[in-house]
Amino acid sequence: MTGLVGIELYKIFRKWRTYIGFITIAVIVLVIEISMLIEGENYLRFLTRNLSSIFVFEGNFLNGYVMSYLVMGALAIHIPFLITLVSGDLLAGEATAGTYRMLITRPITRMQLLTAKVIAATIYTNLMVAFLGFISLGLGVVLFGTGELIVIKDVLFIFSQDDILWRFFIAYGIASLSMMVVTSMAFFFSSLVENAIGPIVSTMAVIIVFYILSNINVELLQSLKPYMFTTYMQSWNIVFTDPVEMSELWNAVLVQSIHIVFFLGLTFYLFRKKDITS
Amino acid sequence: MHAVAGLDLNVYEGDVFGFLGPNGAGKSTTIRMLMTLIFPTAGEIKLFGKDIYKERKYILSRVGAIVEKPDFYGYLSAYKNLEILARTSGYPVTKKRIMEILEMVGLDKRYKSKVKTFSHGMKQRLGIAQALIHDPQLIILDEPTTGLDPQGMKEIRELVISLSKDHKKTIFLSSHILYEVEMIANRMVIINKGQTVIEGSVNELLDATEARVNIEVDDPQKAVQLIGETNFNGKIDSVTGNTVILFAHKSDIAPINKKLVENGLAVSSIVPTRSLEEYFLNLTEKVE
Repeated sequence: MTGLVGIELYKIFRKWRTYIGFITIAVIVLVIEISMLIEGENYLRFLTRNLSSIFVFEGNFLNGYVMSYLVMGALAIHIPFLITLVSGDLLAGEATAGTYRMLITRPITRMQLLTAKVIAATIYTNLMVAFLGFISLGLGVVLFGTGELIVIKDVLFIFSQDDILWRFFIAYGIASLSMMVVTSMAFFFSSLVENAIGPIVSTMAVIIVFYILSNINVELLQSLKPYMFTTYMQSWNIVFTDPVEMSELWNAVLVQSIHIVFFLGLTFYLFRKKDITS
Repeated sequence: MHAVAGLDLNVYEGDVFGFLGPNGAGKSTTIRMLMTLIFPTAGEIKLFGKDIYKERKYILSRVGAIVEKPDFYGYLSAYKNLEILARTSGYPVTKKRIMEILEMVGLDKRYKSKVKTFSHGMKQRLGIAQALIHDPQLIILDEPTTGLDPQGMKEIRELVISLSKDHKKTIFLSSHILYEVEMIANRMVIINKGQTVIEGSVNELLDATEARVNIEVDDPQKAVQLIGETNFNGKIDSVTGNTVILFAHKSDIAPINKKLVENGLAVSSIVPTRSLEEYFLNLTEKVE
């Protein structure tokens, strides 16, 4: 299996489209952080405008941790679109290229082939999130230094420096899980068709539709909201509260895990007896 | 209506087995089922005497195939494509082995080139290379000369003959080019509508039928008269220029030639253009 995963990773990283996500993230993070370096003070004043009459802010509040938190909030919605470029191509790309025939006529089971692709897709997805964390946090700390992390929700949270990194670590883990829902959905669509564009567009369409539906204030849709995966796309943010709402966190993990198992299970089930006609 | 039903093929070790049939006869469907790309609606498929779905790994490790046109990862080199496919097969491939196979198919000098730069003929040869890379006993080739120019066809045919003679591989060659099967195969089957029409030795099957024979002589009218005096069982079809066209069994040709020469005619050529197509059409029409 290790050999098969290695082959799948090799194929992924020999394609240009794989690097589009990494390059896009790097460019966006660079632009955001340099812009904040130039105009960050004004932005911070805007964010804290309602609080400045109550609190006096002292210290390096525009630091690398704050930058990483802001970048994550800004990109968590957009990274799924970048991830589908690769995960949507994993099976459909083989069909488009005609290489399905070569692979499936090898003395390996379809389950082995799919498992290798799923593991490779998981590694790619996690690398993408890790890259976002590494570059936003790393560049942020280099440009802005370290300091306390201010998080403004319904209440104001100020996390001391020694209370931040573990939160980021878990937040990136939760974000990876959210992205795996997207990966597994794109993988499912990819197993159904013979053109890579279809799964990419379908996955994006489902995400957009679910976002729209979950924001319509109709009782029926609101009652479905807890079951929609899009509800949990920002669940990484749960760890930036004090104390962390563990029940909320576990619920997010559970619902997203069920989605992943559902999409992958369905893919495995359908692909087991799928006729390869491409 | 079934694409393939009750098809029983007897391919023996060392055979070059021609698998013939018109378009839509069920050749590709059969090969796709043999290679587990598609599934039969009912029944079982056995290869090497074992159920293909129960012993898939064992069977496919002994089979190499080109199913329809060979497609590769165009962004990778010929060498890397073979390495990936060998490793996917679980075959402990070495650089030496890959280069040997590439040399066998005449692509060793292009081993670094990306496959997207290859011509159709080169891809076909690389297709044969990938079918050989895990050293299988049986090679299944699905119309390997389709789309090739005459030179490309000749090269592939020579390669197939070499695989059989020099490398002792059993070849299962699907084709609708009947002349090709006649040249390469020792045994053949003709299928139509998913069922066997006839199966057996190529020579025996073809020798039992008449061939179109073109005899070029200096006096065709006299030749027609002399041929009529022999005991041959065929019929004279026409005379075009200096060529007498007749339908005759292989066994009739030598006595006809002897008769013409003994009677002083200058025989420039005798070309039996055996029309396997006609043979094939006769058979399939009978079935229909």
